[in-house]
Amino acid sequence: MQKIYANAESAVEGLLFDGMTIAAGGFGLCGIPERLIDAIQASGVKGLIIASNNAGIDNEGLGKLLRTRQVKRMISSYVGENKEFERQFLAGELEVEFTPQGTLAERMRAGGAGIPGFYTKTGVGTQVAEGKEHKEFDGETYVLERGIVADLSVIKGWKADETGNLMFRKTARNFNLPAATCGKVCIAEVEEIVPVGSLDPDCIHLPSIYVNRLILGAPYEKKIEFKTVREREAA
Amino acid sequence: MATVTETKGWTRNDMAARAARELRDGYYVNLGIGIPTLVANNIPPGMTVTLQSENGMLGIGPFPYEDEVDPDLINAGKQTISELPQSSYFDSAQSFAMIRGGHIDLAVLGGMEVSEKGDLANWMVPGKMIKGMGGAMDLVAGVKKIIVVMEHVSKDGSAKFIPECTLPLTGKNVVDMIITDLAVFQRPDHSSPFKLIELAPGVTREELRAKTTAQYVE
Repeated sequence: MQKIYANAESAVEGLLFDGMTIAAGGFGLCGIPERLIDAIQASGVKGLIIASNNAGIDNEGLGKLLRTRQVKRMISSYVGENKEFERQFLAGELEVEFTPQGTLAERMRAGGAGIPGFYTKTGVGTQVAEGKEHKEFDGETYVLERGIVADLSVIKGWKADETGNLMFRKTARNFNLPAATCGKVCIAEVEEIVPVGSLDPDCIHLPSIYVNRLILGAPYEKKIEFKTVREREAA
Repeated sequence: MATVTETKGWTRNDMAARAARELRDGYYVNLGIGIPTLVANNIPPGMTVTLQSENGMLGIGPFPYEDEVDPDLINAGKQTISELPQSSYFDSAQSFAMIRGGHIDLAVLGGMEVSEKGDLANWMVPGKMIKGMGGAMDLVAGVKKIIVVMEHVSKDGSAKFIPECTLPLTGKNVVDMIITDLAVFQRPDHSSPFKLIELAPGVTREELRAKTTAQYVE
């Protein structure tokens, strides 16, 4: 079975429909599936429900889909740094389901692991837990959160072999791993596709079973939100 | 009339240094954005403290040199950082498993309001743009000890350590210690009241009382 597609446009073919739920990897602009986001934008699909930790920034990452009004609802933990998002949200044009970051990650992990719901301490006593089932375990109160199963997952990896075994690089792993597992179909874009046998099986972060379609997204011009440096000490 | 140079209260860095005195050798620690980030510059020499970044890293290094900047290596504030020989990377689900699971010893966070019962509000002001809670709700729910570092009063002079939070909560009954520019409050457990344990230089008990509406033990 051939998982490698020529480009992002062909990789999303037959998978997109209005009103669908998409889980996307990335944290800020780090490790975002930018080629696939471009392809989703170009397809014109709309009414999207997107589970992603952040919403990109103006015209970068998922910010592109916001600009074209293709998103109906975001399931996110933090959406700062995005003027268009703010405008649409305040105008009531965009729904947001604020979800604590760890709860969002676990909702994806659980959804991908066949667990429809789980109890967590996170958010108990706050508005996040309002209207949700509570249960006491060993004297502590927990709230029920639902697993997320998305129609499609889009993720960004570093290296993959031709079967889809995949490795991430540094903090670009973030939500890409849990997001990959919770999609009915997962498309991964990577910086390099290597022949089978060239990755150490002990060092695979995401086993190929989770990757249905694969594209080479390189070359990338990776963006930095806040560049912070230190001075080199004088010799 | 002679101008008197007032040396009253603590600076932002003094507050971070005071928080750093709560560090212990071997601790795994998560630092929030703002003043809490400054705690990293105040780790006592010779003490091993491992900093966790909730986007998926243990062992945060200093800001990189210009030629080492790597877009794939950022902290939870989306700033570029560097790695250490002992660093490790992991995904967000794993990151919050260690937070929620009680494996992190200490978190130092900013605050808008803390109530006398230890409730924390620091993520949302109704009517203003809401940016989201990020990982703050998970941190206060799971980390063993929570220190809140904040200015003692808000810009308009109103108290921030108060009987009941007026802003939407980040967590209920979660704060163990409060460090402000005027004083330090602590409680031994989540059913005890906060106790004043330190006053900043030049601050009197009377002044602190006047600027605090929460009940605390002196």
